[in-house]
Amino acid sequence: MSVGEKEQIWIARDYLRCSGCRLCEIACSLRHEGRIWPEASRIRVFMLFPGVEVPHLCAQCDDYPCVNSCPVDALSVDDKTGAVIVDEEKCTACGNCIDACPGKIPHMHPNGEYVLICDLCGGDPECVKACASVRCFAIWMAKEEKNVNHKLFARTPEEFTEDLIVNLYGEKGEELIKNE
Amino acid sequence: MSRGYAGKFLEVDLTTERIKDVTFDEDTLMKFYGGRGLAAKVLWDRLGDRWEEIDPLGPENILTVFTGPLTGFYPGVRVCVSGKSPQSNGIIGSTSSGEFALELKCSGYDGVIVTGKAEKPVYIFITDDHAEIKSAEKIWGELGEKTVPWLVRESRKELEETKLKYGKIKEPGILYIGPAGENLVRTACIVQKWTHACGYGGYGAVMGSKNLKAIVAKGFKPLPEVADMKRMLELREQIISKLLTFDSMRRWGTGSGGYSVGARLSSEPVRNWQEEWHDERSYGVPSFDFRFWVKRYWSDFGCPMTCMKIAVIKTGPFKGDITDMPDYEMQAYLGPNLGIFSAEGGTHLSALCDNLGLCGIQTGNVMGFAAELYQRGILTKEDLGFELKWGDVQAFTRLIEMIVKREGIGDILAEGTYRAARKLSEIKGRDLMPYAVQVKGVALGAHGTRSGLDFKPIAYACNVQSGDHTSSVYDAYKDMDMVFADSAVFCSINGWRIGYETVWEFARAVTGWPTTRDDWNKVLARRIMHIQRAALLLGGPDAKWDPAKDDDNPPRFYEPLPSGPHKGKTTDRKEFESLKKQFYEAIGWDENGIPKSEVLRELGLESVDKALEKLRK
Repeated sequence: MSVGEKEQIWIARDYLRCSGCRLCEIACSLRHEGRIWPEASRIRVFMLFPGVEVPHLCAQCDDYPCVNSCPVDALSVDDKTGAVIVDEEKCTACGNCIDACPGKIPHMHPNGEYVLICDLCGGDPECVKACASVRCFAIWMAKEEKNVNHKLFARTPEEFTEDLIVNLYGEKGEELIKNE
Repeated sequence: MSRGYAGKFLEVDLTTERIKDVTFDEDTLMKFYGGRGLAAKVLWDRLGDRWEEIDPLGPENILTVFTGPLTGFYPGVRVCVSGKSPQSNGIIGSTSSGEFALELKCSGYDGVIVTGKAEKPVYIFITDDHAEIKSAEKIWGELGEKTVPWLVRESRKELEETKLKYGKIKEPGILYIGPAGENLVRTACIVQKWTHACGYGGYGAVMGSKNLKAIVAKGFKPLPEVADMKRMLELREQIISKLLTFDSMRRWGTGSGGYSVGARLSSEPVRNWQEEWHDERSYGVPSFDFRFWVKRYWSDFGCPMTCMKIAVIKTGPFKGDITDMPDYEMQAYLGPNLGIFSAEGGTHLSALCDNLGLCGIQTGNVMGFAAELYQRGILTKEDLGFELKWGDVQAFTRLIEMIVKREGIGDILAEGTYRAARKLSEIKGRDLMPYAVQVKGVALGAHGTRSGLDFKPIAYACNVQSGDHTSSVYDAYKDMDMVFADSAVFCSINGWRIGYETVWEFARAVTGWPTTRDDWNKVLARRIMHIQRAALLLGGPDAKWDPAKDDDNPPRFYEPLPSGPHKGKTTDRKEFESLKKQFYEAIGWDENGIPKSEVLRELGLESVDKALEKLRK
């Protein structure tokens, strides 16, 4: 898939609006696991400092480094949505895709058997609905062409935290980060 | 296995460093659920026969940290800590919101029982079916702002080493104390997320007495199985939709109360409760909101209410202060109660208390008490080392620091209002108890009874949790709903906003037990409240309560309101006596306020009955 080829779904994000309610994690794990299982959610909200919430989910890079890194072809790109699809049977939990991801976004299913990556729920993501239901709009659906900016969101929770903490806590935020 | 429960509890003896799993049979869980109820059961079973001798700050005390079957499922995730309280010398279920409880349950544990005392500062680290005691020497003495990031870093590092190729490890849930708890300050709380406190009871000092800086949990398991998932989720959706209709709670949390409880209800502490009315618009919610709130919709796991708001002071002498909102109780006690009507002042003192691990209610109350003594010339500049004038934010800042370090007068005030008043009465040679606004060792919540518009006259006097406003008595039955919120462990505000019939339907979907609200009110809640009452009346070793004298409001609550639209009104003693009598009768206590023998025996509480025999003479 190359840039500009066609409109796809992208989960747009505004982390400053994230309340940390984590209804997205509940919705995701109910959909995929049939349980409330925050660690098995494909979106995980990190909070490395209180109040600094970082929803961590696939940024759908235009060049899919994770897919390219898979030695067993367990990852593919959904034609319609552009989501990365994990073949749970094929996946050997080697962790290459995690290393390849600039944001270290994929993580293992807590059962240790295969990796978890957001599949956009086939085009109607439950997390987005959950976020909208509580009118927080930290994540929402954008239909747009693949965009190099999307890949900028493939960042680690630590990287996002470094920015957000200053936005929220000002100089105090800088001080807190420096102590790390 | 019981539905809604992870299935086991962790017991950690800090003296011997022995760690083991313990379980409770289904019958016990059905009777006590978890949280406050199960704490009452465990504490009574283990310490009941020598309750009066147990020093709340001695190694023989037990700290319970319990979730309940509804924790994580019902919106508003909380944890309930308990033990023998160093404030009331009874049993108080003290809750706070935050992800610790979720992480504990996802680690496979419903709770933690801590006994003994560590030789050196430690913290307990818990992950899936595993726990260890680790050194906290590097963070002993540290503020919340340092403690939390350090524990997050250490925990993630440890998990990264054991969970290779897992991907990014999330932060754990952390319950911790600040310097206040370490220094055995009786107004110390246990904190989560910098700002959320288990305040009532003084359990921060209990953790400190055990050399326990923190309990940290990170779980990777799902929440436990529930009995009827479909029904639970249906109800959850209905409950969330209804919660979302409470617009001003979502927008302001309780942060609008600092103005309106005084202005509208005349029931807010002003200058140590000398008044309960003010009309200071400077203390209105917009002053907090637009200047200090950087996150206006802040929540804990699974809750749509977003009633928390992060306040940050970014300029001026208090630059760098971070607190939550402050919420109504903090606004009141660290604002008008100290004669402070600036949002900046209230926010600063709230942030300071949070960071030091002080309960803002208990600490604001004892400082108001001291300031009134200063106003009356009973405490002097020589006693204090400085002037303590109403409204002087810097002076109260200094006083807080002295309390935490137990320096000078701070050492006395660190004992909390009741004990400080006793001590100062002794030193000054006159009775200062009339200025102590507390009931049975616990400073009252920031809701008065005099205007007749807010809390009922017996709200604190008959409460088995003493001055706790979150479990206050309107009548016996409403209080039992609160006992349920603290025992099934979820947010009681989200409970009463929805209505407890629905909450009970939700509880049945989770546990599969047929128990109804009626069963709870008639039998189960009473068992818990009787145990709490017995422990409170037995008290000891340094405080003891006589219901004839102590099941009452502080003297100030019978003085006429001196100002405002409800000037002249006061708590009606006749109404008080009549409500007290009704409450005693409804719950099964005799005319002296002691649980009746036949009532206790019918509930299978023979040991409680036996222990109370000596009080019945």
